[in-house]
Amino acid sequence: MNCADLRLLSHAYLDDELDAADSLGVARHISECPACAQRLRLQAQLRERLRDAGLYRSASAALRTRIAARLPRPAHERRHSRRGWSVALATLAALCVIAVMFAGWQALQLRRQGSDALIADAVSDHVRSLLPGHLIDVRSTNEHTVKPWFDGRVDFSPQVRDLTAQGFELVGGRLDVLDGKQVAALVYRRHLHMINVFQWPSKRTMIASAVQTRNGYHVVQWSESGLRFVAVSSVAEGDLRTFVRAFRAAPAASGEPAR
Amino acid sequence: MSTDAGFESEVMRHLDAAYNLARWLARNDQDAEDVVQEAVLRAFRFFGGFRGGDARIWLLAIVRNTFYTQRSRVPAAGTLEEFDEAVHGGEDLDDPQAVLLRAADAQSLRDALERLPPEFREVLVLRELEECSYKEIAAITHLKIGTVMSRLARARERLQRELAGREVAA
Repeated sequence: MNCADLRLLSHAYLDDELDAADSLGVARHISECPACAQRLRLQAQLRERLRDAGLYRSASAALRTRIAARLPRPAHERRHSRRGWSVALATLAALCVIAVMFAGWQALQLRRQGSDALIADAVSDHVRSLLPGHLIDVRSTNEHTVKPWFDGRVDFSPQVRDLTAQGFELVGGRLDVLDGKQVAALVYRRHLHMINVFQWPSKRTMIASAVQTRNGYHVVQWSESGLRFVAVSSVAEGDLRTFVRAFRAAPAASGEPAR
Repeated sequence: MSTDAGFESEVMRHLDAAYNLARWLARNDQDAEDVVQEAVLRAFRFFGGFRGGDARIWLLAIVRNTFYTQRSRVPAAGTLEEFDEAVHGGEDLDDPQAVLLRAADAQSLRDALERLPPEFREVLVLRELEECSYKEIAAITHLKIGTVMSRLARARERLQRELAGREVAA
């Protein structure tokens, strides 16, 4: 992949529209090419500006009413149209229902978009972590080494768990950034596949999500004891589910070796 | 009657999306309201033929068609095609412009976006404000996905240049 390819692909990369191989290609190129990395930063910045600038234009209430008035009314309302009050009441009720549904739908939509962006972010963090030299800052198979390493590096105490018995070997940990926040990332290995577990403090409680798939990577999110977790990996879906179950069931490591 | 109820729940709830696209295409409130009103009435007529899928995408496609037919404009498909392929044409943006971009306020962003040709404006609005996927944008604009990708790339480069140029002039 060269700079000319990047010119086009960097946009699709930001838009999360590339397959895993191309994403990796872009990530690799920008790690070596400061000019393209800078251009990507600019593009990302422009995008944020566009989204934050309040450019969205919503329909006015007047337009909404005008259009509703021009739509043919349902047959049952026409039959009773002499009874103006019932029509007005029915319309009012319908409008209320629509407004409530709309608000609910929007809230859901916002939530979904937020969660989608988070998943996209987590997957690109995962992909980046697989680049040479990016995977771990502290290399250890011992949870009692990994956990204290985070002390003073993040402002919370991450959950580090030994899952060797369940077939997931702890490889190490590193700091990463997800959704604009500094997060702790633990790296586990299953055969040749890496599993990244991102965690950070969050008030939002969330039961474990179904396995979601993005660019061929599987993602599961959940929360427990005030921390939010996202696990990303290319292992089989079932394996990731097993991993999450094992992680949640395993006892947390304290700073000291258990005795 | 069930059709009417279905229309309310499936289509009317996307009125904001319809207005947002129409407003950015028409660039003034009055024309945008006309486009939306006409588009919703059309959608109502054709709703019997709507076979499920994403009603928002369906409505946005109708809004776009309505805008171009009301203006008796030719929809963008084709007109920019050759141009789009020459994505590598633009000059590079360098660091001083990064600074200007950061400084660009909402008003200058709005102005710059309005100055873009409609073909560029619509893909940017669909992508950045409506958060449509490339596939959805392709469905709304009747473009190939590859063309959506190159047009977005060009649109963003053009917008960056617009912003930088305006700031320099100011």
